[in-house]
Amino acid sequence: MELAKHWRLKGARYRLEGARDRRTNTITFPPPHFSGPDDELVILSGRGEIWSWSAVENGLDAWGGRYLVALVKLVEGPLVTAQLTDVDPDAVHIGQPVEMVTRKLRDLGEDGLLVYGYKFRPLLE
Amino acid sequence: MAITRSDTGIVGYGAYIPRFRIADSEIARVWAGGGSGPVEGKAVAGTDEDTITMAIEAGRNALRRAQLDGAQLGTVWIGSESHPYAVKPSGTLVAEALGCRPTVHAADWEFACKAGTEALTAGMGMVSSGLVEYALAVGADTAQGRPGDALEYTAAAGAAAMIIGSSAKALATIDATVSYVTDTPDFFRRADRPYPVHGNRFTGEPAYFHHIEAAATELLHEIGAEPGDFRYLVLHQPNAKFPQVAAKQLGFRPEQVAPGLLAPRIGNTYSAAALLGLCATLDITEVGERIMLVSYGSGAGADAYALTATEHLGQARDRAPRTSVYLAREQSVDYATYARMRGKYNLG
Repeated sequence: MELAKHWRLKGARYRLEGARDRRTNTITFPPPHFSGPDDELVILSGRGEIWSWSAVENGLDAWGGRYLVALVKLVEGPLVTAQLTDVDPDAVHIGQPVEMVTRKLRDLGEDGLLVYGYKFRPLLE
Repeated sequence: MAITRSDTGIVGYGAYIPRFRIADSEIARVWAGGGSGPVEGKAVAGTDEDTITMAIEAGRNALRRAQLDGAQLGTVWIGSESHPYAVKPSGTLVAEALGCRPTVHAADWEFACKAGTEALTAGMGMVSSGLVEYALAVGADTAQGRPGDALEYTAAAGAAAMIIGSSAKALATIDATVSYVTDTPDFFRRADRPYPVHGNRFTGEPAYFHHIEAAATELLHEIGAEPGDFRYLVLHQPNAKFPQVAAKQLGFRPEQVAPGLLAPRIGNTYSAAALLGLCATLDITEVGERIMLVSYGSGAGADAYALTATEHLGQARDRAPRTSVYLAREQSVDYATYARMRGKYNLG
């Protein structure tokens, strides 16, 4: 059931936990599996803009069939791949301000885990 | 139980309403060959939303208004009758998403539609006793309605979060509260059953109206107040009519009820309904104005509260999206799409 795998990723998925290198001030997201001695955890703001995006017309059933996916440039620097939600394809554009929301990513079946994590949606006015 | 002295208040509040709506006329088209229902339409959770995700967004909005970090919360309590798991708490996941410390107290509450205010009253106790500095109480639901049943016209989705803290920091002080419960079987869902059953007209007079009016009347008596002393009244709202009738019977005017009456547009958001009405009301309340809040949960009981807005409310309300922002982002769906979103298709 890969319970441990999902559990291990919760910091990044639930609250955008990334890593900052204290020497270079570089922020990495998701954080590296093996952090170095100069890495510290940092919670990213979840604000950013759409750097590029695409529609996946024939997605896995587990991902809800058709969905939009984007590369989001976070204000802290990292480029994150994530689904877009609460938006229609004709309302998406490059440079659009977006914010992170926590949503259900996958339902692993009646006897399986519900997997939650980040998606992005257009910034609420 | 009446608590007429309280040194606690709401230090942060947050709303969440999903963007999808289905019109009652669309439900009536499918099941009754046309017509309308008890509300205009109801809010529907998207396929990637549930009680946990809605509680998280409402909680984040409450933290922003309170200018608090999740690590400062002493409790994360989620009241709902639609927790995604039968066994596995919603509260732990919400707590992690809000950035709480593992030493936070996280738990789920259940009392039909008043599970959220149960957590609110308990949070007052934790703060008042000094056991925690801040308590988060959330009411959230993706309510279930059997296809074609009367409940399907109103059973909606939404969440509202309240952070309780000392009255000195409050956006609105909680001045008094009364809880009124009896064993009244107006609505219930047995274990492992997908949809609740209800007593039709029995859900009205002996259930909703009796408990709401008893709790409100007792509260007014305990604090020596009259309906005219309150600027606003927020009631649990299973439909558009019940809260308006109860308000009139209690002696409140329609304009006292209007700002917190969201059911006509979004349906019955169950554990969130009264608290979402409170969010919408706090969005416009001025310093010194008083609000009466009365929740209702089947089974049955009502929690009544008297609140007073403080000078901190005005500057806090725009630190997070107002309830009207969530109300305005309407995306209407047809019955077939709604049925998919609610998992009503048997895929074999």
